[in-house]
Order: sequence, then C-alpha cells, then structure tokens
Amino acid sequence: MAKVKGAIVVEVERCKGCGVCEPACPQDVIKLAKEVNGKGYNYAYMQNPEECTGCANCAMVCPDAVITVYREKVSQ
Amino acid sequence: MGELRLMKGNEAIAEAAVRAGCDGYFGYPITPQSEVLEYLMSVKPYETTGMVVLQAESEVSAINMCYGGAGCGKMVMTSSSSPGISLKMEGISYMAGAELPLLILNVVRGGPGLGTIQPSQCDYFQATKGGGHGDYRLYVLAPASVQEMADFAKLGFEMAYKYRTPVMILSDGIIGQMMEKVDLFDPIPRRTNEEIIKTCPWATTGKTANRERNIITSLDLDSAKQEKHVFDLDAKYKRMQAEDTRFERIMCDDAEYLLVAYGSSARICQKTVDVARAEGIKLGLLRPITLFPFPTDEISKLAGQVKGMLSVEMSLGQMVEDVRLAVNGKIPVEHYGRTGGMIHTPAEVLAALKSIIIGG
Amino acid sequence: MEMKDIIKPENLVFKKTSLFTEKPLSYCPGCGHGTVHRLILETIEEMGLQAETIGVAPVGCSVLAYEFMDIDMQQAAHGRAPALATAIKRLHPEKFVFTYQGDGDLAAIGTAETIHACNRGENIIIFFVNNGIYGMTGGQMAPTTLPGMKTSTSPFGRDTEIMGNPLKITELVAHLPGTYYVTRNAVHTPAAARKAKKAIQKAFEYQKLNKGLCFLEFVSNCNSGWKLPPVKSNEWMVENMFPYYPLGDIKVPSL
Repeated sequence: MAKVKGAIVVEVERCKGCGVCEPACPQDVIKLAKEVNGKGYNYAYMQNPEECTGCANCAMVCPDAVITVYREKVSQ
Repeated sequence: MGELRLMKGNEAIAEAAVRAGCDGYFGYPITPQSEVLEYLMSVKPYETTGMVVLQAESEVSAINMCYGGAGCGKMVMTSSSSPGISLKMEGISYMAGAELPLLILNVVRGGPGLGTIQPSQCDYFQATKGGGHGDYRLYVLAPASVQEMADFAKLGFEMAYKYRTPVMILSDGIIGQMMEKVDLFDPIPRRTNEEIIKTCPWATTGKTANRERNIITSLDLDSAKQEKHVFDLDAKYKRMQAEDTRFERIMCDDAEYLLVAYGSSARICQKTVDVARAEGIKLGLLRPITLFPFPTDEISKLAGQVKGMLSVEMSLGQMVEDVRLAVNGKIPVEHYGRTGGMIHTPAEVLAALKSIIIGG
Repeated sequence: MEMKDIIKPENLVFKKTSLFTEKPLSYCPGCGHGTVHRLILETIEEMGLQAETIGVAPVGCSVLAYEFMDIDMQQAAHGRAPALATAIKRLHPEKFVFTYQGDGDLAAIGTAETIHACNRGENIIIFFVNNGIYGMTGGQMAPTTLPGMKTSTSPFGRDTEIMGNPLKITELVAHLPGTYYVTRNAVHTPAAARKAKKAIQKAFEYQKLNKGLCFLEFVSNCNSGWKLPPVKSNEWMVENMFPYYPLGDIKVPSL
C-alpha cells in the first residue's frame, strides 16, 4: 500500500461533474461519483485517496475552481 | 475675467471643453465638424491640461472610448455630424443605460443618408426621442450662437454629472462653421484622480479594500430589476424637466402670434420678429434652449395668450409635434421650414406666418 | 497517515483564488472560460494588482465575467471592448487594463476595434478565448469556425466557398508593429494551463513596460455548441482546432 502524501477537498455543491479532472490525474485518484449533488451533477471525489500525491493537476484544469489541494510536507 | 476671441463655433466648443476641465476627447472626422478635432490637435491640450485627444478608427469606436473613459469617472466628450451620430447611437444608448456622463456634439447636416454637408435641423427626433434603442432620453441643448457653443460645453458637462447621463449639444452647420466673437470663460483645472474617486464613487478606479468592486454595465437579465432601473432613469428625466428646462422669451409679453424656433432657425426668426413688428404685427419668439426637457409648460401658457404658433425648423417639421402636444389643440400650430441643407430667410418665414397662421 | 493529518492549513498547496466572487460561474460544465478566468485572477492576486486593475467584459458567454471577478470592471457593447480599454488606459496610464473577449466579439463584430487597438499599440492586454462558435446565442457559426464544422447556421458544415474561411486574427495582429507579445495557449491539460498562466503573468509584467499590446489567445472548447461531452470536446479540440490554430508564441519581445 502506497504511503498517503496528498489529498483534495472538492466543493461538492459547486462541482458540475464535467470530468475534465479525471484524465488530468496521473494517479487515477479523482473520479466522478455515482451519487449526484444538489444540482444533479455527478461530483468529483477521491476514489483512491491513498494514491493522491497532491500534485494539483486536477485543480489546475478545474473550470469551476472547486478543488482545494493539500500535500504533506516531507521534513525527514 | 474672460478672454474675447473671434472663433468658429466648432473651435469655440473645442476650446471651451479644454477650459471646462475635460479629460478626454475621442472623435472621428466628418464635415461640418472636423474643426473640433483639428483645433484640439493644434492646441495640444495633452501638453497643458493633460487632456487626452484621440482620433479613433470610427465613430463607433470613438463613442465606446467615451464609454470607457466615462466609466472611470473621467470627463469625456465626442463630436460628430448626423451620419456619424447615427453610428454613435448604439454607444449613446449603452451610456444612457449605464448612466455615464458624456458631452456629445452633433453639428447637424441635411439627411437622410449621406444627405448633404449643408446645415439642417433634421435630427431633432433622433436627439430628443431616443435615436438609440431603449427607454432613455438625452439632455439636449440647442445653441444659437458661437458664444453658446462655448458656454454650453461647460453647462453640458455640469448637467452630464448632475444627472449621470449623456448630454447632447444639438448644433448645426451654421453655428459650427460661422465665426463670431466669443467671451471664453476662465479655465477650470481638471479634477484629480482623488477628486474623481470622491465625487464619482461608482467609477471603475480600481477596487480598493474599503469598498465593493464597481461595475459599469447596462445589462440586467432580471427583468424586475431592469424595470426598476428604467423607472429610476425616468425619475431622473422628470427631475430634469422640473429643474433644468431652459428657454428664452423674445418679445413674448404682448405677442399675438408666436414663432417657436431653436438654434440657427431662432436667429433667423429673431429678424422676422423685428420685421413683423415694424409692420405692426405683434409677433414673439419662444426659443427652446433645452429640446429635452422641452419647455412644454411655457408653450402651454403662451397658448392661452397668442392666436397661433408657427414652429420654424430647418426640417420637414419635427419639433412642431412637441409644440402641438404642449398646445393641446387650443390654437392652430403649423410648421414652416426649408430642409435638405436649404436655409429659410426672415422674409420667407414672415410670408409663411402671414399665409399659414394669420391668414389661415 | 490519515486524511485528516494531511488536510490542514500548513499542507495547503492549492486553493481557489480570493479574487473570485461568491457567485458560481455560469459557464457550462467543462468550459474553458472558467479556467482562463481563474488563471487571470490568480495572476492579479499573486502580483497584488487588485486595486490597480480594470477589466472590460465583452458580449458573449463571458458577458457576465464581471459577476465573477472581484475587480473593477466595465461591460462593453458587442465587439467594442478594445475601444473602452483604449480610453481607460489612456486616462489611467498607471492602471493595468485588460479586455476579455470571445471569437465572435473580437474577430467578427469587433474586428476594427481589435485591429486598431493593436495597431496603435495600446498598452493593454487582450485575452481572446477562441472556441470557434457563438456559444451564448446557441451555437451559430463564428469567424473562427473550422471548415466543415457544423453549427446551427452552418448545419451541413462550414462551406468555405459560401461562408468564407476561418479568420486567424491572432496571426494577423502579430504582424502589426503595435503588438508586443502575441501567443496562443490552451487550458485543457495541467501542463497547458500552467503554460497559459506563465503567458498571463508575462503579459501583466509587460504592461509595466509601456511597449504595446499583449494579445493572448486561448483555444478553448464549447461542449454545448459542439454537442460533445466535456472530455470529448477537449479531445476534439486537440484533433481539430490545434492543427488550424497551433499553440505557441507567435510574437515574442526581443529583449
């Protein structure tokens, strides 16, 4: 199991489920949920959170700026 | 403490704009008003007051430059003649909608279409009834002398800022081209950016931490809000009517007949009044100085005094409709005038008065 | 390590720029407009230019750009944004002034304003988002619609014999002495978006130099107008738009 290094927080109600983030993710982490948000969109979420490196590629292409990205600071 | 000069009307208004503290002029050449831009380029106000003068690629661009400048709270002006004013109408409508101050000069020539380059008053409808799209009005000033071309530049800017609205000076090729002596008012310094931020808190001067962002737009997709906006504009136009209707009464006190004329035609009619009075006809002249707001109340009052009115315009008769509305059927109201660049003489006006009104 | 150990302020590496207003973007899902908006606003925030910037919104899908950008903005008549920006910059030379326009606005009805602002060398930035279609009015043919491309007013595809050719206005303005920096980017991948942001940063830096107009095209998608899902529309853009509108710098300052 890969060590968790990054994480994203999706502002679910503002996500339009366009899916542009999916091909942008090098780790295959971000996917569209089967569930929908209040507007009826299949919102983005971390399907494989343990693979996230916090590279922010998803946020870089998100047209609605709904993704916040965190990355563990490696101090050792 | 003015300065007396012999100037063309077009030059006088250009000089007056500089003296009024205008920040920017954006224009495009067209006869018979090109002297405005030529004069400004020759006196180089950008080296003295810092006023920007720019020849745009079209009238359309010039009016939209005015939109941009006015949106920043800057005192801006443009000028053109009839066909060019038609092109500016889109921008004028947007500026009326966005409530932007503007001084726009129309040195009217005969139309329709390319028409002629000779003087006319055939753009009255366009100036006073809209011209562009939407429920809006312009504050319209009609100068009858080179002196008024200068004075109305200052007054026009005052009105433009008082009401946050485009103001049109509806002149014509006679006033624009003729030379008269003009007493120029003393220069007023341009407002500083700090003064603009203070006096125009709505302007796009850069969003600082102490205020919300400023948006200049004429768009509101919410119809209820748009309706309220139009009602607010209308309230402003009603306030103009109450506070800033301007006219001149010439020999009206004992008049039995009345000429109604503005601008160049009023100058001609003044002579007609003299000639008529020498013949024993008690003729007066009511000169609307603002065409919008129109001196409806004054004309309505005079309708109770005189036997008939003749609206004398260098057109097929446009203002006559407003005169009739003011008179409301109480007495006969007719029109006389030449058009297509032809100019009526005082004698022609008197003959028309005799045949249409007195003898009619 | 748990998620909650990662999601803490000191680990934050990316968040939405504070220069977006609270208003949700009105663009269709996957539309490049939102990304271009974000890159511009991030740049303004990072350079500390909020109080120094005045933007001009066009007519088109981005007509309401001013609702999303927390900066002073003016909304122009269709095609006239460069005229507004010309006067704003000349009357406020100390400010940073940009227009944000689509292809119909900039390359059809506003062609004269675009070319003359470029030719005068107005010291402004023009952000030009080209998706080859009139999106807001429902997918009509634009000046940049590709040959053979179907739109509601070219339902059998753009026939260049009848409808003329797509206008490469970016190449055209690059020829004018008044333009200082002319470049074409996209925002469909992380790498492209990062490159686009660098171009935006350069444009704002260049505006300090007073050397002329910076013209930044973004080839973008219109999944509603093109009738494709968002990801597919980006693929279609790569396959069809990029060959006609190749990405890269067209004119770079000779420093």
